[in-house]
Amino acid sequence: MQIYLPIAELSLNVFGLLGLGVIVGFLSGLFGIGGGFLLTPLLIFIGVPHAVAVSTHANQLIAASASGALAHWRRNAVDFRMGLVMLVGGFVGSTLGVWLFKELSRMGQVELVISLSYVVVLGLVGLLMLSESGISMLRQRRHAPPKPRAGRHPYWVRVLPFRMRFYRSRIYISALVPFVVGMFVGVLVAIMGVGGGFIMVPAMIYILGMPTAVVTGTSLFQIVVITANVTFLQALTTQTVDVVLALILMIGGVLGAQVGARAGVNLKGEQVRGLLALLLLAVAGKLLYDLVVTPADLFSISRGGA
Amino acid sequence: MRVLRTLVLMIAIASACFPLAAQAQALVADLSSHLVAITTGFAGTDVLLFGAVEGPGDVVVVVRGPDEREIVRLKGRVAGIYVNRKEMAFSRVPSFYQVAASGELDKIASAAERARLEIGTENLRLVPEVERDPATVAEYRAALIRNKEAQGLWGRNVAKVASLGARLFRVNVYFPSNVPVGVYQVQVFLFHDGEVRAAQTTPLSISKVGASAEIFDFAHREAAAYGAIAIAIALAAGWAASAIFRRV
Repeated sequence: MQIYLPIAELSLNVFGLLGLGVIVGFLSGLFGIGGGFLLTPLLIFIGVPHAVAVSTHANQLIAASASGALAHWRRNAVDFRMGLVMLVGGFVGSTLGVWLFKELSRMGQVELVISLSYVVVLGLVGLLMLSESGISMLRQRRHAPPKPRAGRHPYWVRVLPFRMRFYRSRIYISALVPFVVGMFVGVLVAIMGVGGGFIMVPAMIYILGMPTAVVTGTSLFQIVVITANVTFLQALTTQTVDVVLALILMIGGVLGAQVGARAGVNLKGEQVRGLLALLLLAVAGKLLYDLVVTPADLFSISRGGA
Repeated sequence: MRVLRTLVLMIAIASACFPLAAQAQALVADLSSHLVAITTGFAGTDVLLFGAVEGPGDVVVVVRGPDEREIVRLKGRVAGIYVNRKEMAFSRVPSFYQVAASGELDKIASAAERARLEIGTENLRLVPEVERDPATVAEYRAALIRNKEAQGLWGRNVAKVASLGARLFRVNVYFPSNVPVGVYQVQVFLFHDGEVRAAQTTPLSISKVGASAEIFDFAHREAAAYGAIAIAIALAAGWAASAIFRRV
């Protein structure tokens, strides 16, 4: 069954879109990520204009992450104090990102920058997580005790000013660190059309030293607010948010997210991180391949405003 | 609208049956619909063009969408990866273009007439905004045509105008689901001995109607409210799913 999308200005199959939503929602619930690094390229691939894919995905992410965040909140797995500090940075970052996106589109380089950021960010994060989860799985097999929690922040993190106590995460750290992490993620939301969970989750674990139990919930909470901000900004400035497309993706997404959140409970932290790492590396590899291989047509066209 | 259309059809048939009565009019044509309505279920549509001719000759139909500006970019290899290196902007590029003819174009119309009337993608007057050497422009032009054809918005082939008897003709024009909205021009030419003997231009409006039109208008007129509603819907969907699944 075909449905005409009023903002994207084309017809797509409803069931295909629902299926996409379910798959991405499942990953979202399982890993505490938005799944945008999969959904945005897929939407562009099936013909949705670039700007519409990015903006609409931000809108869809609100639903998927809100449903996931609520599920984690009931289990008391959200550190709101940490989330709020990161949000301040997130607002600064997304404003900067919207401006960058506009400039890069004008120069015709936005797609290249997006692909390159995907390859670099996903590749690095994937490799880091894969090696870490591999090491900790090996250590468990040998019945070695896990690393002690105290004093695990790197030296440069410990000497920063404005230290704050985050009770839920039981850490004491400079507020500048979550602020910068939040700002970086805000830029990614605006430019790459992703929630940024795939970078926020490892940053929370490795840089902030938060316990894995609260990482997913806090990450989802922060994504809800940032994506709402991006949705509003895009609706206001570019009119590229397609509510019909978003709604279809949401229905699939919320179903998948619930199933994913349940599946995640039965998995160990390092297993989740290992699986996520493999997924990130697969996407990074595919995008790198597309950049290196000679395209079928070296020319491309785009409708340009006056 | 329907009455008028029936009337035109009757005139067309009458003029075909009674050649003496319609000698003044060598060509009459009309569309099955002057409005293509893009509704929520829109997945592309056919519009039937039909008409009648007086005397010998061949029919050529050109359908043009509203003009737009297109930027053609060329990728080149930089440090192992492909990057957009150069670009050329064309103004006044038809957003949609399709030709139909009752025979082979080069036999029907002289090269001069085809160029003058912009019949066939090779005859479109695509002029870059910034002047460049002819060889480069030709390369970018060819790329523009190739990409437009790949999008399904420019006809790769000349569609067939079917003749019914000696005078009546009909042709189906297909508009894909990604068709741009706006006012289209449907030009019908009657050629004889390579020259135009008669011509007629009919407008065709393609626009969104119903829910999709209202959503589009609302998103542009009340952008802030639209954004707020989009967020509210998403939050409600997320909360509803969470509430439902807690009980399962």
